[in-house]
Amino acid sequence: MKVREFLCKKRKIMQLEQILQYTFSGLSTGAIYALIGIGFSIIFNATGIINFAQGEFVMLGGMLTLFFLEVLKLPLWAAIPCAVAVSALAGLLFERLAIRPLRQPTPINLVIITIAGSILIRGLAMLLWGKDTHAIPPFTGDEPISIAGATILPQHIWILAITLLIIAVNKFFFFHTISGKAMRACSYNRRAAGLVGIDVRRMVLFSFVISSVLGSLAGIIVAPLTMTAYDVGIMLGLKGFCAAIIGGMSSGMATVVGGLILGVLESLGAGLISSGYKDAIAFIILLLILFIRPQGLFGKAESERV
Amino acid sequence: MGIRFVPFFIAIVTTFSAGAAFAASPIKIGGLFAVTGPAAFLGEPERNTAKMVVDEINKAGGVKGHKLELVVYDTSGDATKAVQLATKLIKDDHVTAIIGPSTTGESMAVIPVAEREQVPLISCAAGIKITEPVKKWVFKTAQNDTLAVGRIYEYLQKNKQSKVAILTVSDGFGASGREQLKAQAAKYGISIVSDDTYGPKDTDMTAQLTKIRGSKAQAIICWGTNPGPALIAKNVRQLGIKTPLFMSHGVSSKKFIELAGEAAVGIKLPSGKVIVADMLPASDHQKRSLMAFVRDYQRHYQAEGDHFGGHAWDAVMLLKNAIEHGADSSATIREQLENTHGFAGIGGVFSYSAQDHAGLNKDAFVLVEVRKNGWAIVK
Amino acid sequence: MKREPFKFLLFAVLVLVAPLAFKGGYLMNVLVFVGINTMLAVALNLLLGYAGQISLGHAGFFGMGAYLSGILTATCGWNPWLAMPLAALAVGILATLIAFPILKLKGHYLAMATLGLGIIIYIVFNETVDLTGGPSGLSGIPNLAVGSLVFDSDIKNYYLVWTFTLAVMLFSVNLAGSRIGRALRAVHDSEVAARVMGVNARLLKVQVFALSAVISSLAGSLYAHTMTFVSPASFGFNFSIELLTMVVIGGLGSVYGSFLGAALLTLLPELLRGAQDYDIVIYGGLLMVMVMFMPGGLVRGIPDLFRRMARLREGAGNA
Repeated sequence: MKVREFLCKKRKIMQLEQILQYTFSGLSTGAIYALIGIGFSIIFNATGIINFAQGEFVMLGGMLTLFFLEVLKLPLWAAIPCAVAVSALAGLLFERLAIRPLRQPTPINLVIITIAGSILIRGLAMLLWGKDTHAIPPFTGDEPISIAGATILPQHIWILAITLLIIAVNKFFFFHTISGKAMRACSYNRRAAGLVGIDVRRMVLFSFVISSVLGSLAGIIVAPLTMTAYDVGIMLGLKGFCAAIIGGMSSGMATVVGGLILGVLESLGAGLISSGYKDAIAFIILLLILFIRPQGLFGKAESERV
Repeated sequence: MGIRFVPFFIAIVTTFSAGAAFAASPIKIGGLFAVTGPAAFLGEPERNTAKMVVDEINKAGGVKGHKLELVVYDTSGDATKAVQLATKLIKDDHVTAIIGPSTTGESMAVIPVAEREQVPLISCAAGIKITEPVKKWVFKTAQNDTLAVGRIYEYLQKNKQSKVAILTVSDGFGASGREQLKAQAAKYGISIVSDDTYGPKDTDMTAQLTKIRGSKAQAIICWGTNPGPALIAKNVRQLGIKTPLFMSHGVSSKKFIELAGEAAVGIKLPSGKVIVADMLPASDHQKRSLMAFVRDYQRHYQAEGDHFGGHAWDAVMLLKNAIEHGADSSATIREQLENTHGFAGIGGVFSYSAQDHAGLNKDAFVLVEVRKNGWAIVK
Repeated sequence: MKREPFKFLLFAVLVLVAPLAFKGGYLMNVLVFVGINTMLAVALNLLLGYAGQISLGHAGFFGMGAYLSGILTATCGWNPWLAMPLAALAVGILATLIAFPILKLKGHYLAMATLGLGIIIYIVFNETVDLTGGPSGLSGIPNLAVGSLVFDSDIKNYYLVWTFTLAVMLFSVNLAGSRIGRALRAVHDSEVAARVMGVNARLLKVQVFALSAVISSLAGSLYAHTMTFVSPASFGFNFSIELLTMVVIGGLGSVYGSFLGAALLTLLPELLRGAQDYDIVIYGGLLMVMVMFMPGGLVRGIPDLFRRMARLREGAGNA
């Protein structure tokens, strides 16, 4: 009896409105996970490397924007491209100075070198900009917008719009430009790609630059909502990776959907199950996917991941 | 997450040799502060303040002819490191007393060392477990969370609001607050209708707040340190929640207003008196100490002193006070500390006794409200 | 082949007499932690260096040992000597259960899965407040004792911890030379080839994973009983990474390398004193340089360096 009473009460409270709000919150965080996840996938597909430093580029995006805004007093529209450019440069340097010179590129060494890189980047950011958290102004105001009883901020719309735009550009690049096609060729078979005259090393470099651009963009559009500090990259990076795994390491829609699913589940989990275990939910999903469908939620089964 | 990578520590040995050369032997004080890592917001002002106060004391000729010598190590918020460094302070640096550590976890880890080696420890952390039950060699300067919770509940009781939702951060600070919020609710006739937590690195708390909005809470109490509470303030505004929002003393600094912006306006929180020092009546016992602290900190670091730094100020000054009363060894300092009575510091008016090593009552906190132009005391 | 027992004996004697050099100062305390970290590094090295399986979640097993020991003794009032093996057993069973699905994964995927596992364990430490005390930690854990001898000082703990560490090291050295060790190396080099030769690679990997977790759990119990306090922050993602770094810097597949790595990383803060906030940058840089220029770790890198220098000198002499 008690149980039914309890359920009745619960149903009454859990109105559609509330679920809608959870979903909106989840979608906006999920979009960020998706962007970071795509960054992971691009590098993974071109090189087979999981770049543990991916999260640091997210941090760089936010912190550099802040730097150009506050210290150099640039307007926002100028600060953003500057921040992206510097992040891209950092990605390029990272590949040239850390990844390429590696004498024994075994998976373990690659994992460690990217972890080392992330520590180094985080440490430099801390030295340059201090340990404080900083707020960044929203792109266009912060008056909440009400949709069917749930509210979002203008920044959320920016996040969703920019994510969609990036995915479209991404798609165009990989399927309709020579460089994009060459990079895809590398991901299928590096040796064969090399034999048909593709400069594989340049493609690897490219993949690092592109993914650092994506990472920093994610960091920039999310910073007005979440604020930014030298150490925001760790958790965001890991969640981005979860998104990529759900999407089967695809650099397209699958990872986007993966990110959105992760965001919504997290948000629903925090609201309906337990807020304390919110992060655990993300990692349990990660483990389940890896155990049951290592090819991703939407991928076709293929040979084992070696 | 987001913990600093390898917790290294750095010693800053501040030795002052100027002045009276033939005075009594210098007294060595150890400092353990989490200058880096997730608790850096505590450790950094604490270290700065301790150095500043010792500096000032020595410039004024020391205490009863003794110069003070401060040896500070950075624990980076890590309990293992804190224990190692406490051992180092005692065995290698031969300090007479130790100030710190900054967090409750580290303090609990260091207590067995201090007790075993019989060195007085003045913790700068708030956890109630540190001095309850009373440990012979352990004192603390940070106000118990009990007092902060009491201030909020008292206000709610007065305003006939009895249903609250609590939202606490899942670290030591939030856990301690959550425990006290739950433990004291009944005493003030308050019922907790929603109990949620968030991670210290979380970036969006709308899910928890949506849940709270669906509850019947008449007030929301959030227990955390920057930047979480600022995000919560913004999320509350986004969701259009009109329920009054209370914060903890963990955010009673300018930084919170800076981060939360407009969303901070109207939020009430219990706070040490530092941030409202200039608004206090001249009759307030603490006013003189507070003004001195604020002035000195501004001059030394071109920044505003906060009440975290105040914990270290109190610790050094309590030691100074003990030495002035004739103490010069670990044992005598401990005895004199226990005899401290009516010492007006930054955190409040301290009166230690054999039964009480926390030494403060609820007057240590005032309830403040964020207004458009800064803080205001809520009567 | 006679060299191995001799090497170990020499090392054990060095460990035995080391305290004489420090006269009970602060370094004794650090050396206790060098012992615990060596145990952990050796445990991870069994998995990483011998079987070639990465784990970024070992801090979780370490923490489980510490918490189980802590809860059983401080909360339930058990004898620590009883709590320790029980904790190890529990961790061993759990690790075996997890090992079957998780070790199907390889390389980066395994890294991420173990990382996720470590984070989940950490969150459980944080959230089960009634059991673990949550983020503010669990205090009042008793010291270990034999009769009236209570291990409550640094020097006593030093000998206690190092007895265990030496036992674990001896065990690992012997394991490496045994049939199992050879089978493991075969799996490491080529799993397919090993399978063809009749090695049950899957089961072997699971066994090593469980063994590694059990040793980590023992180290955790020792940590809990020497510190008498545990809190979740000591068992997070960062500590897993630190362990991995110890193993890699020391040298994969080398027991003494694990000791070198553990000693270096535990003592590094002492060496870097005065570097202030630059430490994190130095640390990241050091890790990077090590992987790039000394991929075999210190045990192979240092002799290599000497050899190269000698050759250089020879070259100069000839010219």
